[in-house]
Amino acid sequence: MELTLNHFLFVSGALFAIGLAGVLVRRNLLILFMCLELMLAAANLTLVAFSRFHLVEGRPAYDAHVLLFFIITVAAAEVAVGLAIIVALFRTKQTTDVTKVNTMKY
Amino acid sequence: MTFLFYLFAALALFGGMGVVVCRNPVSAALSMILSFLGMASLFIQLDAYLVGTLQVLVYAGAIMVLFLFIIMLLDVPVEEKRRYPLVRFAGAGAVVTAFLVLTTLVLSRGGTAGRTLPTLAAAESGASDVHHIGELLFGTYWLPVQIVGVLLLAATVGVVVLSKKELK
Repeated sequence: MELTLNHFLFVSGALFAIGLAGVLVRRNLLILFMCLELMLAAANLTLVAFSRFHLVEGRPAYDAHVLLFFIITVAAAEVAVGLAIIVALFRTKQTTDVTKVNTMKY
Repeated sequence: MTFLFYLFAALALFGGMGVVVCRNPVSAALSMILSFLGMASLFIQLDAYLVGTLQVLVYAGAIMVLFLFIIMLLDVPVEEKRRYPLVRFAGAGAVVTAFLVLTTLVLSRGGTAGRTLPTLAAAESGASDVHHIGELLFGTYWLPVQIVGVLLLAATVGVVVLSKKELK
């Protein structure tokens, strides 16, 4: 059987669903954050698949790769800031359990 | 080709499952690395060599090392068994099943179903995908590159401020 666009889109959809399940089920803030990253990466896979299946002059649409480059950069920045916030939160609450973090200040 | 696709897709999905299932945060982070490696292999199978390499270097390398570093620094305990598992699991299961069913429906209806992998034109000498992406990055998209540079600087400063002892 030959590979079609649907193969890649389905894998990406399934990865997104797994990430979504993680966000809904887990309580550890760090793991929630990892699941968010998983969802982001699954969306990246869709982007690359569409660019490979939509050729421009016999080449993949490289604009998608440029967009992906930016997404990866922004994700790295976002992870750095998010982890810093989690560390600051841990310093005041001594926990990373989302069910125990239900007030903003104290 | 098809066999490799299934192998790497299974690797990515298996790693993703591991993140959700593992109660130990370190195991979850390691499964996440597995998942990212599988995804990078899929990128390379789609002839996106630069993006696949970036995925390994930035995601599996830098970001996951940061995660592991924080997990070990905070000494996050293994998550204890939950008290009300059924409601949350049922809700999550319903949402995820609905999402998967919708994905399958859209994919089977839409025009993407029969699209097979088109063959690439023969590459000119010395023109890899890095070459083309570089030309786009520093030609058409020069302004976004500058903006992303500023964003990284802002993120660095923000992290330093957040990590200070006293938040004011």
